[in-house]
Amino acid sequence: MTELNIAQALNRALDTALDSDERVLLLGEDIGRTGGVFRITDGLHEKYGPDRVYDTPVAESGIVGAAFGLAIAGMRPVAELQFMGFSYPAYDQIINHVARIRNRSNHRFTAPLVIRIPFGGGIGAAEHHSESAEAIYAHIPGLKVVVASTPHDAKGLLLAAIEDPDPVVFLEPIRLYRAVKEDVPDIYYTTTIGEVRVEREGEDITLISWGAMMKETRAAATMIEQEGGSVEVLDLHTLSPLDADGIVESVSKTGRAIVIHEAPRTGGLGGEVAAIIQERCLFSLLGPVHRITGPDTIFPLKRSEGHYLPSVEQIVKTAMRALEE
Amino acid sequence: MYSLISPDGSVSDRLPLTLQQMKGLYADMLEARTYDRKSNAMQKQGRLATYASFEGQEAAQIGAAAALEPSDWVAGTYRDAALMWRAGYPWKHLVAGRTGDERGGQPPQGVNVLPPSITVGGHMIHAVGLAWAEKLKGSSRVALTSFGDGATSEGDFHEAMNFAAVFSTPTIFFCQNNGFAISYPRHEQTKSESISMKADAYGMPGEQVDGNDIAAVVAAVSVAVERARKGDGPSLIEAVTYRMGPHTTSDDPARYREESDGDMWRERDPLLRVRKLFQNAGEWSEEWEAEMEARATERIEQAVSEAEALPVPRREEMFDRMYAEITDPLRRQLDGEM
Repeated sequence: MTELNIAQALNRALDTALDSDERVLLLGEDIGRTGGVFRITDGLHEKYGPDRVYDTPVAESGIVGAAFGLAIAGMRPVAELQFMGFSYPAYDQIINHVARIRNRSNHRFTAPLVIRIPFGGGIGAAEHHSESAEAIYAHIPGLKVVVASTPHDAKGLLLAAIEDPDPVVFLEPIRLYRAVKEDVPDIYYTTTIGEVRVEREGEDITLISWGAMMKETRAAATMIEQEGGSVEVLDLHTLSPLDADGIVESVSKTGRAIVIHEAPRTGGLGGEVAAIIQERCLFSLLGPVHRITGPDTIFPLKRSEGHYLPSVEQIVKTAMRALEE
Repeated sequence: MYSLISPDGSVSDRLPLTLQQMKGLYADMLEARTYDRKSNAMQKQGRLATYASFEGQEAAQIGAAAALEPSDWVAGTYRDAALMWRAGYPWKHLVAGRTGDERGGQPPQGVNVLPPSITVGGHMIHAVGLAWAEKLKGSSRVALTSFGDGATSEGDFHEAMNFAAVFSTPTIFFCQNNGFAISYPRHEQTKSESISMKADAYGMPGEQVDGNDIAAVVAAVSVAVERARKGDGPSLIEAVTYRMGPHTTSDDPARYREESDGDMWRERDPLLRVRKLFQNAGEWSEEWEAEMEARATERIEQAVSEAEALPVPRREEMFDRMYAEITDPLRRQLDGEM
């Protein structure tokens, strides 16, 4: 066990993968010599050499397209796109090819690759650097979309993504990279893709979130409990495929649910989660399913970030109201 | 422009192929043309979805594939059936794909030819990744990607060419410049004098070749393949040819090009000049041609029957093809529980 933050845990996961499987290779912009814009690949270029850890030209479509070819021919590439806003030039590759080759070839060719994308705001970054477009990826058949919010899960989930026989979009909450620390096993281990992570058990209300908003969700859960509410916290951590059973099981027990996400409200995954709940456990509900989300605006620049991001207070207030329902 | 066989069948240089090899390639072109014409006919009968004819481009496609080894990678387009077939992809699968059956995208094990890319340009970079993997594995396999003149305007052409050169991958960029991207003529597509000259900007060799001259195509692609296998990196070949038919069966070329252009290109037909070469050498007979035609027809008819005999895919197959293992949401949707 070593105490690590998420950034370090991801680094250890990549180190472990490179060490245990010679098919694994990393490619992306500035991931070699500088260790990536967030230093997630720090030291790996030195340790494994330029034939395992590649600095690439500035071309996101090219990075994903090349990784796709590498994967079909038997490698296990892990591509890094620097920010979610920079993943859009790679859409065509991701949606038209990566997600489809298994279907197009009826299983004859497959693309077991991982596309790592730092996402979300809250660090006062420039335009395009704060996107939360996870719903767009989760909407695409053929992809798996995961996001970790703890160091332990970050390592296990990334190793699971690399092992997975299908393409995985691996989202990394920028705001949490260095915000949480915990003991992480030094050994190789994986986290199951496709199951919600019950982070805290409770009886009265279920808070459902993922990624960076888990931070506010945790803080809110603690405050609600101080007010006497018993809170269950679900970290979805697999956005596709969604673990409907896990969500339904929890909400059937508590009868109340709030979905919290940073992404814009309309078409956000909060709507999908709410729909699953009303379809499958409507009669367990004591009140409506609430959504606390970013507004349908462009993520603002530094000085207005506070206007955008859902707050702990908002979650607590909504929960306290819901507990009266 | 590099050429070896003139439209009149005369040979400008020593051919790199034996007469026997030339006969085999001619028979292959004949078989490809038979497939193409059969497909057009089937489309008119409503037995195929939209079809993109390659008539006129047989030398480019058969020639490029003939320069490869059976396990080499190929990433081509919806107009590359002849190339794909010569590289090992069965006619049956090509027909099945066009009848609207995903099983057509599943060539047998050992055939490293990807199902055709329908979007334009995105697949060129795949041949960079495929070749890159082979280089890392220490194999001598190469990857050839085929695309049209229109695809060179896509940003992905730039990314693919650049990546291939930067990482020195054993990739062959094979452009069939057939004059038109649907209706848009080559001279408007780019102000570059040739497509092959674009290679220079990426630091790789480029060669323009008469795409209707199969011997020249085989020779030029072989040089590129050899270079790639030796570890000397990628090349760009521009095969200058002409799409005799429309873009697809849903297009009317009379709206954007002169019929007389087609007449000029008909004289430069890739099969015709090889037949003239055989005739000049006293190596051609009507019987042999009829025999090859009959063989081609038989093979294509056989492939069509087999493809059309495939049962309609079961509903669960659509779900099963999405992941290695069906996911819970898909299982529920398959079971009608949504």
